[in-house]
Amino acid sequence: MEQFKEIWGTFRRRPIGILGGLMLFSVVFIAIFAPWLAPYDPDEKIDVEPGDLLAPPDAEHLLGRDDAGKDVLSQLIYGARVSLTVGFVASFMAMFIGTTVGLVAGYYGGRIGNALMRLVDFLLVIPDLPLMLVFISMWGRGLWKIILVIGLLGWTYTARLVRSQVLSIKERQFVMRARALGASNFRIIMRHIFPQVLPIILAETVLSVSGAIIAESSLSFLGLGDPMLISWGMMLNFAFERAISRMAWWFLLPPGFAIVWVSLGLVLMGSTLEEIVNPRLKSHHLFDPRKMMALVTGMGSRTEVKG
Amino acid sequence: MQRSDYLIRKTFFALATLVVVIVFNFLLFRILPGDPVKIIVRSPRLTREAKEKLTADFGLDKPIWLDAERLGEGDLAGAFDTQFTAYVRALLRGNLGISFRSRRDVAEVLAERVWRTVVLVATGEILALVFGLAFGLVAAWRRGTRLDTTILLWALFSWGLPTFFLGIILLILARGHLPIGGMVIPGLKPEDGWDYWIDVGKHLILPTLTMTIVYTSSYVMIMRSSVVEVLSEDYILTAKAKGLNTFQILRDHALKNAMLPMVTMVALNLGYTVGGVIQVETVFSWPGIGRLMYKAVMQRDYPVLQGTFLLLAVSVIAANLLADLLYSVMDPRVKTE
Repeated sequence: MEQFKEIWGTFRRRPIGILGGLMLFSVVFIAIFAPWLAPYDPDEKIDVEPGDLLAPPDAEHLLGRDDAGKDVLSQLIYGARVSLTVGFVASFMAMFIGTTVGLVAGYYGGRIGNALMRLVDFLLVIPDLPLMLVFISMWGRGLWKIILVIGLLGWTYTARLVRSQVLSIKERQFVMRARALGASNFRIIMRHIFPQVLPIILAETVLSVSGAIIAESSLSFLGLGDPMLISWGMMLNFAFERAISRMAWWFLLPPGFAIVWVSLGLVLMGSTLEEIVNPRLKSHHLFDPRKMMALVTGMGSRTEVKG
Repeated sequence: MQRSDYLIRKTFFALATLVVVIVFNFLLFRILPGDPVKIIVRSPRLTREAKEKLTADFGLDKPIWLDAERLGEGDLAGAFDTQFTAYVRALLRGNLGISFRSRRDVAEVLAERVWRTVVLVATGEILALVFGLAFGLVAAWRRGTRLDTTILLWALFSWGLPTFFLGIILLILARGHLPIGGMVIPGLKPEDGWDYWIDVGKHLILPTLTMTIVYTSSYVMIMRSSVVEVLSEDYILTAKAKGLNTFQILRDHALKNAMLPMVTMVALNLGYTVGGVIQVETVFSWPGIGRLMYKAVMQRDYPVLQGTFLLLAVSVIAANLLADLLYSVMDPRVKTE
């Protein structure tokens, strides 16, 4: 708990991270309160006249209407639910697999560790999107299948990251001590190693949610989404198929910018968190002449560590 | 470890990956629901004789992997006469099946379209690399300044932009000024000489621009962090002490050393590039491999889907192997890895 307080303390003072957090929070808020915020119910049956189809924005429909005469803004608000759900569930799944693989491969090493890392190498080489396309078009469409496919293919980077952390943590004294005291491997991993890598995993999760949201939108755009559960990617698919010739920008642009908004928020927040929990070099020799002088005279430290 | 060991290990890994991809490709289209051959054979409208004949024609009466019974009898050739070996034999002959839709030979269709995608990917990659290297280098050199923040924010923004959506934005913006779909104005033929190629070039602008913008962002970020690392090395300090100016240090020391991780990144990135090219070709109706794959998905044209996936996977595997080999030539330290 203590370390999270510390991370929050640093995070709070990073305007870019806070900005990202607010961007994400605004979308989460909209998703939760969608029924109260949306001016219309997207599932409601409506009577339309020919002029209503792809009608441009007006006072009643702030973002105009889609090709079926429905309110675009309401769809956008409800779409936040679908896109966020896919993003979070898929990336939690990926994190769970990646963390488990990374812990096992890093802690045990040897033949199991090697085999797991070869699997990671293999998955890293296979192009993701074509593989997902093949899977889903063979397996059948559906939101759950999209979540599963993204989760099952998106864990490789986390596994590498966790493994490299575990490799160095397991050589530290407190692990040696626990082992000397007779703690089981499982206990050492869960009680001593896992809490150490948890902050990095969380930062990585925030980043990977944005990847999952983008992956879902690409799959839906390419027509593999669930036509009953309209995500932002699915809206773009409809808009591109049916509204591009009419240049109905009010139907085309909002879902896309919604994706950019939330993924940018996640990236800003995630990379700030990552910088805090995974400190790297901050300065270098060409940056500042004064620092160079301090360095040459031995008064300053060579590297400044963030966090 | 000797360099030859390294090369052998990398080549072995590439071959193993290739085998897994082929097995996967074979398996997926037989295990998951939707194998059209099975659907045809199971149709209740067929007579029993017709069913048996079709089953035999498609080789579905044979065991999938290995005929254990015949292996036990010592009949080696018979034991390996299975669905899987039939598939591999067909692959080796370059036979990828016949498209359900166009009834054309899949390998032929792929060969006809592949160069169009290669042109798109190659131009996009090269431009993205040039811009990525330049911006990444500048951002790292001016780390922490407003310039660095601007470059980084732009990179993050375009990284968060789904490729297909960037394509749609550019398409809306450029409508009326540039061709927004297809490869060439209908009616022009390669025989028309220059007119044809100039028109193809015009059609290439928007898809290439989309690819370039999206892929520049990841190269900027990688290049930046890799140059930052190099710039904090002691040999940069030495170079500075020798009296080299900033430009010389950046060009001769920082750029050269930071290039190494880029080689691997370009190859790994090719996996994403391939995903991007599917989206870009779909948005701009560029008649390459990506659009072919999209259409195969839409029309449930499984032989084409299988063929495009195999082609894309094999290209990425080959590119990664090539990158590993290049890396070992460029970095003498590989010998002692």
